[in-house]
Amino acid sequence: MLAYYSQLGLRSLKRNPMLTALMVMAIGFGVAASMITYSVFRAVAGDPIPAKSSQLFVPQIDSWGPQYNEKGEPPGALNYVDAMALMRAHQTPHMALIYQVMLSALPHDANSVPVSTGGFATTADFFTMFNVPFLYGSGWNAAEDDSRAADVVLTQDFNQRMFGGANSVGKSITLSGHDYRIVGVTKRWDPSPRFYDVWGESGFNDPPDFYVLLNRALDLKMDNAGRNSCRGTITYNGWDEFLQSNCVWLMPWVELDTASDVANYRRFLEGYSSDQQRAGRFGWAPNVRLPDVMKWLEVQHVVPPESRISLIVAMCFFVICLVNTIGLLLAKFLRRAGEIGVRRALGATRHEIYAQYLIEAAAVGLAGGLLGLLLTIGGMSGVGLLFEPEIARLAHVDFSLIGLTFAVAILATVAAAFYPAWRAAQVQPAWQLKSN
Amino acid sequence: MHIQPILAALRRHKAGTILIALQIALTLAIVCNSLFIIHQRLARMDEPSGVDEPNLFVIANLWGEQYSTQETLERIQTDLATLRQVPGVQDVTPSNQYPFKGGGWDNLITMTPDQRAETTDASYFTGDEHFLDTLGVKLIAGRNFQADEVQSRGMREKMTPSVAVISKPLADKLYPHGDALGKHFYAMTSAPITIIGIVDILQRSDVSTWSAPYAGESMVVPIRLAMQWGGYYIVRTGPGQLAAAMRAAPKALYAENRMRMIDPKDGVLSFAEVRRRAFERDRGMALLMGIICVVLLAITAAGIVGLTSFWVGQRRRQIGVRRALGATHRDILSYFMTENLLISLAGVAIGVLLTFGLNLWLVTRFTLGILPLTYVLGGIVILLLLGQGAVFAPALRASRVPPIEATRPA
Repeated sequence: MLAYYSQLGLRSLKRNPMLTALMVMAIGFGVAASMITYSVFRAVAGDPIPAKSSQLFVPQIDSWGPQYNEKGEPPGALNYVDAMALMRAHQTPHMALIYQVMLSALPHDANSVPVSTGGFATTADFFTMFNVPFLYGSGWNAAEDDSRAADVVLTQDFNQRMFGGANSVGKSITLSGHDYRIVGVTKRWDPSPRFYDVWGESGFNDPPDFYVLLNRALDLKMDNAGRNSCRGTITYNGWDEFLQSNCVWLMPWVELDTASDVANYRRFLEGYSSDQQRAGRFGWAPNVRLPDVMKWLEVQHVVPPESRISLIVAMCFFVICLVNTIGLLLAKFLRRAGEIGVRRALGATRHEIYAQYLIEAAAVGLAGGLLGLLLTIGGMSGVGLLFEPEIARLAHVDFSLIGLTFAVAILATVAAAFYPAWRAAQVQPAWQLKSN
Repeated sequence: MHIQPILAALRRHKAGTILIALQIALTLAIVCNSLFIIHQRLARMDEPSGVDEPNLFVIANLWGEQYSTQETLERIQTDLATLRQVPGVQDVTPSNQYPFKGGGWDNLITMTPDQRAETTDASYFTGDEHFLDTLGVKLIAGRNFQADEVQSRGMREKMTPSVAVISKPLADKLYPHGDALGKHFYAMTSAPITIIGIVDILQRSDVSTWSAPYAGESMVVPIRLAMQWGGYYIVRTGPGQLAAAMRAAPKALYAENRMRMIDPKDGVLSFAEVRRRAFERDRGMALLMGIICVVLLAITAAGIVGLTSFWVGQRRRQIGVRRALGATHRDILSYFMTENLLISLAGVAIGVLLTFGLNLWLVTRFTLGILPLTYVLGGIVILLLLGQGAVFAPALRASRVPPIEATRPA
């Protein structure tokens, strides 16, 4: 029966090629617009670290007070004093501090010029907390944090550039005139968005080249190359005074595995803030936050508004295409009222008519999906014109997108066909036979 | 033309009528809001920078070695001297940022040192006595920096500029009566800064929506800043000499000192490229909205053609009867045209509500502006014309139905 209906459907589609083409095009364009914008949206709005996103938290402390904070919200990073206090408190087994650095590296051939490299100064737990995969070696450990070792971890691409991809663990590398011992080389690992670095950065820019030991970087007075935010009158003069200032620039992350751990840590942050208030450092009541990864990405507005608006507009566009399709299907089905009358008179039930027309619509949906897929693939090469390169490069066609394209096209078309098919099934056989 | 019989006929085609009206309504909502987004984005892209764009380029120079503050300052002076020797170069200044760079450095501004809430926020440019001339900004009051006013500072050293040149929007915000020159303000400093000059336009480094409340508000302080990793050189060339100077400048710098990093791809940017990059998102958004508008209008038109053709086919016999009873070609044509006009009017009526609904939602979620009425009126005209245009061909076909159809079975 299904085969017969499909055959009937196909024949009917061929009978009005213009109307069929119109419907297929409407579905195709609608699906393609939605899929292209969705492929960008899912890349920027996805969970960058699904395995742990609910266990990783950003401790936020209001070190600016109601006078200077951001509409009641604590700043998005810590100043040096609070960051170090949180590290020393050891209230959670895993905590990382991060800041951005820019250094120079000299490739090995003699007459080359230095190349600019970017990376992060961080602490030992960074690698374990974020499940950073290693190609060679591993991260450093907490003891090396304490001994302020000159350790560095390279990323796979940087290791490729500097050492031709060989196992460089144990070798030394000179960055901005200082020697570091390579303890590990990470596999390609670039969560998108780069959740641990979205305060003041888009989260989609070039991946880092290396990770250096934070205490060592501080010893070398390696300046922060990322965002730095201060309030009030700036009075510091020199690096040491800068560290004691209210400028926030260190990004803290903690790993808390259970709800009670989270509650305990929140209490600790409040206790710490009260202590600061009592000590006279803070002239205000504790004001702390502890967002997890997804909450943090939301607070930092990581998804570009353009991506959201274009997805919404594309979906509205698809809805209009569907309304259009309902109208065309209605025209198409009812034009065959006579034929339906004959089939009904010959014993076909309403149910069968209904099924037949839904199958015909599904065929339109399939063709629309195919066109939509072609347009989506073609459109992907044009994504670079619509979004900035760093975001456009994230959009890609994969099996799930192909599957989604067809599923959406067929389901939407069949849904659009419910009413026209129902109207077709309502055709009175006697009436049609009489008028013929 | 009597509307009564048309309405009576439409009552028998409720579903089709509602679908066309709905489609027109939704199309109006999307097209109006898209056009408005396009307009806003294009307006942003046209914002003047205030600088001599055709003759400017920027070098992002990073140091290959770590220098002390003093060494850095000396290297910067050597580099500036080198750049001045490059053929075509007219002037050059070091800076921490440049207009439209994106992100960058800004300071909160207050009128007194202990003021609680800030008065405003200014993009904070450091430069020497060549800054204004190099960028080609227009000084409308006061004077430029003198060479002996320029201080040298390391990145984390205390900055205490005693004078500043500010942009007119900042001057107007601080002193609305137009008497800013010679007055003071505080930029997170403990000592007051005297306004010695006002420039017409000097666009901010950051052009994101965060900066929107402070549009065009910037300040220049006479500070030669030694940043640990490097900095920017803004270079102005003679007319027509930009391309050659852009090629020669990095070569000259490398010849003078090899231990530096100027990215081959992003290290030397003409100002045209700076502008292009700053508004990439806006251009992309305008393009996407434009494509969606065009395709949407095409699909709506096609839908009207399709459905009207069906109606004409369905009513061939009735048309024949009307023709036989004396209706002219013109009567039939105008019947279908009027029918479409009625449906379209109903559609745009609903559409206006949807348009403002969508706009209101975009305003709250995405800080889009309130849609001006002209867009809605324009959208209505476009859709009515589109409907009439789309219905014309099927209506013409209907008018050519011969009266003999009345005698044929359906």
